[in-house]
Amino acid sequence: MREALNQWNFVIAAYAVTIIGTLAMVGWSWLSMRRAERQREKARGR
Amino acid sequence: MHGYANPARFLRIARWLTPVLLLSGLLITAGTMVYGLFLAPAERLQGETVRILFIHVPTVWLGMAGWSTIAISSLMELVWRHPLAALAARGAAVPGALFTALGLATGSIWGRPAWGTWWVWDGRLTSFLVLLFLYLGYIALAGAVSREGGSSRIPAIFGLVGAINIPIIHYSVLWWNSLHQPPSIGMGNSSMSPEFLWGLGAGVLGFSLLFGAVVLMRMRALLAEIQAEARLRRKALEA
Repeated sequence: MREALNQWNFVIAAYAVTIIGTLAMVGWSWLSMRRAERQREKARGR
Repeated sequence: MHGYANPARFLRIARWLTPVLLLSGLLITAGTMVYGLFLAPAERLQGETVRILFIHVPTVWLGMAGWSTIAISSLMELVWRHPLAALAARGAAVPGALFTALGLATGSIWGRPAWGTWWVWDGRLTSFLVLLFLYLGYIALAGAVSREGGSSRIPAIFGLVGAINIPIIHYSVLWWNSLHQPPSIGMGNSSMSPEFLWGLGAGVLGFSLLFGAVVLMRMRALLAEIQAEARLRRKALEA
């Protein structure tokens, strides 16, 4: 017997994985950049 | 190209280019997702699952473009000793790995309703999985070299050798029997209808802009870490 697949479940899962992964990477990269640039300014000021 | 080798000049350009790429990338990617989810029509054979392709194709493209960036930057470092080339290669590694993982995940999610299976060990899928392992190896190697103070030429050679996998991924669907369909878009011709083609084009553009923004942010972070470390070392020597 064939199982009934709701195609929208797969569509939503694929979009959710992509949105979460992309936003996490953008946010992490932004925070890492800001932290590193703050440390450089602090090193200049010492 | 060496005109952009000066870190101060690079930073001057990167400071205004980063938010431009980031905001335009977020806007176009969000627009593509809204189009893919709510506006694009269902396809005759694939049904609603065709919507996954608006995100799957750009992520796969960026997985391959990321390693191409690593390979070209590695070549520039090895041949011309471009001072920012190693930073560009390291900056492209993490977003490239993430988009490769997303390409595998979205492809697998698409494959279950379309092919009836999450995974098959065919040429395209296997060579793309190998790409993810290459990224993980490159990230580990570049991190170890940076921590231990080794030569940056080692990850550069790894980046160049790993580029052999890119044509294998591209031609795998032509060389071997595969569940994966052959290319739908060629040079100047396409078997896709315009509403899908334009959506895919917008997706590739939006995600590529985001990729560019992330590479710039990671390059700026690496450069700032190097500059802070050099300054602290110089002050320690002076004291």
